Amino acid sequence: MALYSEKVMDHFRNPRNVGIIEDANGIGEVGNAKCGDIMKMYLKIEDDVIQDVKFETFGCGSAIASSSMATELIKGKPVADAMRLTNQAVAEALDGLPDYKMHCSVLAEEAIQSALEDYRKRNA
Amino acid sequence: MIYADNAATTKMSPKAIQTMTALLKEAWGNPSSLYAQGQRAREILEKARGDVAAVLGAEPREIIFTSGGSEADNQAILSAAALGRKKGKLHIVSTAFEHHAVLHTLDKLRKEGFEVTLLDVHENGIVRPEEVEAALRGDTCLVTIMFANNEIGTIQPIREIGAICRKKGVLFHTDAVQAVGHVPIDVRADNIDLLSASAHKFHGPKGVGFLYARKGVPVSSLIEGGAQERGKRAGTENVPGIAAMAEALGEACGQMAENAAHLTEMRDRLIRGLSGIPHSALNGDPVYRLPGNVSFCFEGIEGESLLLLLDDRGIQASSGSACTSGSLDPSHVLLAIGRVHDVAHGSLRLTLGEEIGEAEVDEIIKAVKEVVAYLRSFSPIWRDLTLGKKEYIL
Repeated sequence: MALYSEKVMDHFRNPRNVGIIEDANGIGEVGNAKCGDIMKMYLKIEDDVIQDVKFETFGCGSAIASSSMATELIKGKPVADAMRLTNQAVAEALDGLPDYKMHCSVLAEEAIQSALEDYRKRNA
Repeated sequence: MIYADNAATTKMSPKAIQTMTALLKEAWGNPSSLYAQGQRAREILEKARGDVAAVLGAEPREIIFTSGGSEADNQAILSAAALGRKKGKLHIVSTAFEHHAVLHTLDKLRKEGFEVTLLDVHENGIVRPEEVEAALRGDTCLVTIMFANNEIGTIQPIREIGAICRKKGVLFHTDAVQAVGHVPIDVRADNIDLLSASAHKFHGPKGVGFLYARKGVPVSSLIEGGAQERGKRAGTENVPGIAAMAEALGEACGQMAENAAHLTEMRDRLIRGLSGIPHSALNGDPVYRLPGNVSFCFEGIEGESLLLLLDDRGIQASSGSACTSGSLDPSHVLLAIGRVHDVAHGSLRLTLGEEIGEAEVDEIIKAVKEVVAYLRSFSPIWRDLTLGKKEYIL
């Protein structure tokens, strides 16, 4: 039995939206090196729509796959939709994660929310 | 495919497989039965005991067959503790980087009133004999220190530690699971009272191991039942498995010098190659380590993703990262030699097998270099390090 679903392995091997956005207007970073996971999300928001999103992740296979999937789920979507992104949605889109890896999907949700919060503050 | 996880388990030797399968058919009798079929199994069992004892410089009656290394560790430690309790000696000396079969048994004893001193293993992963001596007290009943570490491969000064224990009249146990069949061991010359070993670490079958207990060291049984193994381990003996273990051990010890010479050369080639990766570090002493063990930490990446990508390239290895253990903490061994969490998560252990050649080693070096560079290319830690926002640790 494989540790991860095909979807997780696909997003781990070929992560979508990897990198940084130089002129991002919302940046969020969560996790810490001590625990072995750090995710950083870069958002480019225009007219209340996520025009572009990129990520950088230090972490295990499911952390990288969760970041990748989370970016796919919000790219091109209205900010209001992105704000409703949950870790369950990320995990489900990946056809599930092992129980002890669910925290990776939580981290992905938190990274997106943190970047959205940064955007909100910058525009307050 | 390059299998580089021989510290986890080894492939059985063809001769051991042959011995085992032949005996499954031929020697199925119960060694405790007095008729011919039983006595045939008894003969094979006792021949195996003699063979195992001989390569370690022990006597046959000093070998107790077990289900493996963990059972032997448990039995050795609990036996010494039971003896200590009788004498009112409730102090045990060990190290911070033992296998969990030892550490968890010590935890259990702590709850039962024992005091345990865990010695520092220093940055090079080697215990200092003078610190063992200093830790001994009037109420110390046992010193248990592994022969060679399973993650970083460092070999301990067992003979010196044994001599100190012998001089002070304290029992000395060594978990030699990673060492037996790989480095020379002579239980008499090395002053060892109790030693644990596991067959599947030297090309024998899984589920078989043994405990060496020096004559005169009282060993208590973990499993109650029949009088097998001179009353030290109940249960009908796994004759084919035990004979296959003896076969594999004989082979490993017979070829030890040439295997070690070849593996040391391959190991050092691999260490040289991986040292070329910036901000990386070898874990443990470069010289006093098992012939096939290479353990590294790479800054800015996490070990599980490294393992998965190496697996995609046909290289099978292991890591001490938290994500590969299912806990939040990285390997206790890496923490014990002073690696901080941040870099301990980025560890890689490659344990080579005898069949490895230069071409395979070079393939590993190339793959690790590329995968580390790739993972660093989108690691936020690596970006902060390269931009000078964070200080390099390695």
